[in-house]
Amino acid sequence: MAKKRATLTAEEQQIEEIVTRYGGEVGMLIPMMQDLQAECGYLPADQLRRLAERMELPLTRLYAVATFYSSFRMTPKGRHEVTLCVGTVCYLKGAGAISEAIMKEYKVDAGGTTPDGLFSFQAVNCVGACALAPVMIIDGKYHDGVTVSSAMDLVRGLPAEGEAAERKAKA
Amino acid sequence: MTVTATKRFTAAADLQRERQVLRQRFRPAAKRIRICIGTGCAAKGSRKLYELFCQAVKETDAGVEAVSCVGCHGFCQRGPIVVVQPGDVFYQRVEEPDVAEVFRETVVGGRVVERLLYQDAATGVKAKTAADIPFYKAQQRIVLAQNGVIDPTSIDDYIAIDGYSALAKALTTMTPEQVLEEVERSGLRGRGGGGFPTGRKWRSCREAHGEPKYVICNGDEGDPGAFMDRSVMEGNPHAVLEGMILGAYAIGSSQGYIYVRNEYPLAVEHLRGAIKQAREAGLLGEDILGSGFSFDVRINRGGGAFVCGESTALMASLEGRPGEPRAKYVHTVEHGLWDKPTNLNNVETWANVPTIINRGGAWLASIGTEKSKGTKVFSLVGKITNTGLVEVPMGITLREIIEKIGGGVKDGKAFKAVQTGGPSGGCIPAQYLDTPVDFDQLTHLGSMMGSGGMIVMDEDTCMVNVARYFLNFLREESCGKCTPCREGLAQMLHILDHITHGEGKPGDVECLHRVAEVLEGTALCALGKTAANPVLSTIRYFRDEYDAHILEKRCPAKECRGLFRYKIDEKACKACGLCRKHCPVKAITGEKKVPHVIDQAKCTLCGTCFEKCPFSAILKV
Repeated sequence: MAKKRATLTAEEQQIEEIVTRYGGEVGMLIPMMQDLQAECGYLPADQLRRLAERMELPLTRLYAVATFYSSFRMTPKGRHEVTLCVGTVCYLKGAGAISEAIMKEYKVDAGGTTPDGLFSFQAVNCVGACALAPVMIIDGKYHDGVTVSSAMDLVRGLPAEGEAAERKAKA
Repeated sequence: MTVTATKRFTAAADLQRERQVLRQRFRPAAKRIRICIGTGCAAKGSRKLYELFCQAVKETDAGVEAVSCVGCHGFCQRGPIVVVQPGDVFYQRVEEPDVAEVFRETVVGGRVVERLLYQDAATGVKAKTAADIPFYKAQQRIVLAQNGVIDPTSIDDYIAIDGYSALAKALTTMTPEQVLEEVERSGLRGRGGGGFPTGRKWRSCREAHGEPKYVICNGDEGDPGAFMDRSVMEGNPHAVLEGMILGAYAIGSSQGYIYVRNEYPLAVEHLRGAIKQAREAGLLGEDILGSGFSFDVRINRGGGAFVCGESTALMASLEGRPGEPRAKYVHTVEHGLWDKPTNLNNVETWANVPTIINRGGAWLASIGTEKSKGTKVFSLVGKITNTGLVEVPMGITLREIIEKIGGGVKDGKAFKAVQTGGPSGGCIPAQYLDTPVDFDQLTHLGSMMGSGGMIVMDEDTCMVNVARYFLNFLREESCGKCTPCREGLAQMLHILDHITHGEGKPGDVECLHRVAEVLEGTALCALGKTAANPVLSTIRYFRDEYDAHILEKRCPAKECRGLFRYKIDEKACKACGLCRKHCPVKAITGEKKVPHVIDQAKCTLCGTCFEKCPFSAILKV
């Protein structure tokens, strides 16, 4: 392996590092893919292929995992992440209507990204903050007790590209 | 957060000696400021409060022992929560501008800031400490006892409050068999929902052939509306670890796994920290406390699949495969993870174990009902005045939980039902509120204990829509492996969609019944077998609502769009014109100072006017 490493491309290097981190254990395939997604923002098809080769697993096996678990995504995410909780309590308190409003105005499906790449929209089942229902999380910040209009205001107020980078740097 | 170089303990006596020193920190006279950083309080900015208090302590020499971040107090509704010692003054809804006053008055001056105390809405009485608040009074906290007291990122804090003393006791004075017997004696049943006797499970695993044996902590709390496991993992991670180590000792396991839900980043962070600290302290890993017993734990994050809360699916996930369950006739205690004997318990179950060892199984068995022992943590949420986590002895009635602790239904509305047991549970109506809560009683009512979600619904909740919501949830989360679940749920949802859209036909309810029977009898795993529960229980208790939707095309709770209309209350309308301006189809007309009118022929029932009206003048009829 050491001999090979000298000639590895950056992409191969990434896979090598991830696999080594978990001692190459097949049981740690999901954590490996979680790390890959954390590093790339999504699961690039080429990297999945490399990971499959490195782990000597059929690509279908990785594809099955990637499509089974809702936290994996196969396309790049938007500049922002809008997560709406649609757990029971949030739903009872109106999250369903909020989700509909966002999907309609931004032509985005749950789990998808807006056509202009502004944000990725996730509707998740309970973030465990039921006392604050309905909850919307924008780029990691929790907003409690949102309504259709306050949620839409928040989404409409998402900063454009330049500001986003600034905010990220600050965080 | 406390960063201390923990000592490595090589004998139980070392640990005991260190505990005496650490206890000093918790002497009641010490000045301490505790800020809750559970997900609920953190979402309302409690981290910033922590920083501000730290700054205040730095700037003023007030002799403060510690400013600590603590786990969830359970009363999330009233967050952010700050507790000041001495006196354990309980401040709620603390905001940034309040920090200076709390510090000056209470921390330095020893006076109470009245306006930040909890005030009982009914009696107007202010509560100085948590113990004075009705929400806490009726609770009995075992699992949650140290939540909100200790800093979950500090092993020292945990040790100071007798943490790892159960482990020390077991390793020095008890055989694995004795530990097991103690757990059997306690009558503890699995808190994840199944209610299987924990001791019996441990014994089966211990007696199963095959090495190595695994123990797993199921922290994949997927039930929407339930967050007790999250709070335990976030607020007292060492208790979960200690429980697991004790279990491993009794069962004879050397490797454990904690499977944590993907949506719980803070729980993962705290558990990771706890594992690291425990290893460094010699409480986890090789030769624990010099006893020769070795055990280690690894954390896996879930991938966001509800079905992974099912034990065989969870094990498939741990093996790096899609989380598809398998038939249960092969017991996981004999053939579980990697086909080896595996004992899986839920977070709350594990967290009960240290107390059982410390205080004895008989002590736990003295709490609760005949067949359900100990306490249960519920997350009391929905249309209720006091939302939060409550830990109560088994056998308490639903009414006590909802009215005494929860303060009744929010905004004076009428109670309709309480949903327990998560998506596979059922809805219990008002006439059964005096039922004692335990595993068997809830099952008897067509619901179940589940992991402990308790969602209160009021008169504005449409029970048909609730059933539809859960079914939709389960259909999305069904892994698709077995036909009854995959197809049956889709068909049932199809029927319910029709009903809630006003397109239901007579006979639909009977059809739902038939499909439900097939699911119950033939689905592969618990998800599918119980998936019809929300439908069956709502039909059982709220058949009239189904009939209103189907026969009269009317939604009694006025929730299903199209099955009620909007009307403007002439008396309440101030003719402000907001609704007229926002109506997307221009169905609202009206002049200045004249109450507005909705043209029912044009109205698309979008609800915008209802949402926008500042005077609540839009009525649902």
